[in-house]
Amino acid sequence: MKAQAEVREFTNREYKYGFVTDLETDVVPRGLNEDVIRLISAKKNEPEWMLDGRLKAYRHWLTLEEPRWQNVHYRPIDYQDIIYYSAPKPKTAGPKSLDEVDPEVVAMFNKLGISLAEQERLSGIAVDAIVDSVSVGTTFKKKLAEVGVIFCSFSEAVQDHPDLVKKYLGSVVPYTDNYFATLNSAVFTDGSFCFVPKGVRCPMELSTYFRINAADTGQFERTLIVAEDGAYVSYLEGCTAPIRDKNQLHAAVVELVALEGAQIKYSTVQNWYPGDKEGRGGIYNFVTKRGKCAGARSKISWTQVETGSAITWKYPSVILQGDNSVGEFYSVALTNNRQQADTGTKMIHIGKNTRSTILSKGISAGRGQNTYRGLVKILKSASGARNHTQCDSLLLGDQCGAHTFPYIEVKNPTAQVEHEASTSKIGEDQLFYCRQRGIRQEEAVSMIVNGFCREVFKELPMEFAVEAQKLLGVSLEGCVG
Amino acid sequence: MLDIKNLHAKVLTREILRGISLQVNAGEVHAIMGPNGSGKSTLAQVLAGRDGYDVTGEVLYEGKNLLAMSPEERAVAGVFLAFQYPVEIPGVGNLYFIRTALNAIRKQRGLEEFDAIDFLALAKERMKLVEMDPSFMTRSVNEGFSGGEKKRNEIFQMAILEPKLAILDETDSGLDIDALRVVASGVNALRSKDRAMLVITHYQRLLDYIVPDRVHVLANGRIVRSGTKDLALELEKHGYTDIEQQQQLAARPSPVPGGAL
Repeated sequence: MKAQAEVREFTNREYKYGFVTDLETDVVPRGLNEDVIRLISAKKNEPEWMLDGRLKAYRHWLTLEEPRWQNVHYRPIDYQDIIYYSAPKPKTAGPKSLDEVDPEVVAMFNKLGISLAEQERLSGIAVDAIVDSVSVGTTFKKKLAEVGVIFCSFSEAVQDHPDLVKKYLGSVVPYTDNYFATLNSAVFTDGSFCFVPKGVRCPMELSTYFRINAADTGQFERTLIVAEDGAYVSYLEGCTAPIRDKNQLHAAVVELVALEGAQIKYSTVQNWYPGDKEGRGGIYNFVTKRGKCAGARSKISWTQVETGSAITWKYPSVILQGDNSVGEFYSVALTNNRQQADTGTKMIHIGKNTRSTILSKGISAGRGQNTYRGLVKILKSASGARNHTQCDSLLLGDQCGAHTFPYIEVKNPTAQVEHEASTSKIGEDQLFYCRQRGIRQEEAVSMIVNGFCREVFKELPMEFAVEAQKLLGVSLEGCVG
Repeated sequence: MLDIKNLHAKVLTREILRGISLQVNAGEVHAIMGPNGSGKSTLAQVLAGRDGYDVTGEVLYEGKNLLAMSPEERAVAGVFLAFQYPVEIPGVGNLYFIRTALNAIRKQRGLEEFDAIDFLALAKERMKLVEMDPSFMTRSVNEGFSGGEKKRNEIFQMAILEPKLAILDETDSGLDIDALRVVASGVNALRSKDRAMLVITHYQRLLDYIVPDRVHVLANGRIVRSGTKDLALELEKHGYTDIEQQQQLAARPSPVPGGAL
């Protein structure tokens, strides 16, 4: 039908971040073994305990099997065919300030719409910019330091704040956690570190922008955010990668720790290269994200908009340990063409009167497969715990799929757990209604999908929400077939 | 304004419209009446450009070939359909929706788009026509609206878009008498010498409020009778059965001599 053809055309738009920047890079030899890990550690001038931790993780990883339970399909990954460290070579030796960042790198970020020049940023968002394996610059560090907030690359944190890193690294996601987290623990190269001390409300949004640039590299970054008693921080994460025929692995670990009365809001707009229409290339986004509400009355919110990657496999979770703590998960996951997503969350209720909310919106288009997988676990200790889960799926076309696997374990009889789910199809009726009112098909699809996601978008910081809406429109190209 | 010549419409092999011819001039209100399944709604859908019908014949709208235009082009040209079953669009604000529509149309016509503030003033004024509560504006399009609220919303949208040709598809269905009166007075307020209306209804009662210039009776995909508003009253008295029977008699093939065993 004509209408469908138009929707299909709409969903076939191009990925606009697919360019490659020609940067001189410093790489380690392809493949993975203890020597490579020692080399990475040496390049980063790490203390002994860091190297020991990496080797322990690596040796454990060798005993593990790659998980197969997720509802996604891909050819086996050859872990010896990946480059585990790739860094743009600094043009000047010695410690670099923002002014010394390679102009090529600055130009690349400008092209992505991310300015590394502090004075040019109107919105007051501090950025840690990560290319391939390393952080190339962090903005507003000084201004943040004035209020006691530490925001820097992970490598710097290891050098400058080893006690904090030692105390919290692996405290939420231990190196034994799962196959990809273990791999990350062995080979992670950089990432962002953020520490907000007691009673401080971080005066600006913090963000990390991840860019994979080099070919055949994996990106393994580590993010650690700690909010002490009564602290507040809102953190944003964005990501893109060039168009390449070969799949690239991105296996990150993010750990959040919220102490008593602290709040962490973590928002992601993930736009890794999704592969082409036939499913060639694209990022494998196998990520472990978890927060711990360690203190009473603490709160952790995850908001994610997942539009990119060939395969997305992630479950941003919250361990609700402190009494009266709150966990939230708001998600929009879109799969188009041959993209696959298996995503959701885990809410582990340990403390009394802990509350969690899960709102998941899955959109499948083209031949995309979208799976929600979630676990709500109420332990015996969690009296008065409450959870509300809502999972909605929207199908565009008749060749895509939506799947829902909710797991609920309740060990305390006073708990209240609610689960709602719906699946709907973007209707010819809805499209015709819009078109009869003069709204073009393309705009109508975008409007209907954005409407479907509205409850999640309103959880995003303003600037991100606008970006997310646009991104959704672009990512939907060619979806109904 | 609208000139329909020998219009046929099929879905798969089933012929629903079987040669409709009809002329509507600017300023006129024509009622299309007929029993269920006579093709009334199909006529409305085909005129608005719905996919899925195999259409032959000719429809001229202001001298242009309407059938060659996409639904959105027809909207830009001034064709409006008040839906029998208005569609829900969750998460999309009612006011946002109709402003997007108005601006899409204005843009195509080369007119300046309305900003949110000017539009709000316009919307508030037009809402009064159908006695709509302002709270409807921020709710999602038709979501959780009662039947009557949905129909009012259709007429409200029509008041905003100010079409040249308005097709009202069973706008009276599912309305209680008070809602009917409100909707009808909204429609009447929009009658003008530049605007033509095609009012599709099963019942005569709507025509007590919206008095038509012409009444056409549709049966089995054809217009079987046309007349003044008195025709509607006649139908009210005798029902559609008489007309349908006449139709069936006329449609029966004449016996072929020697054809029967």
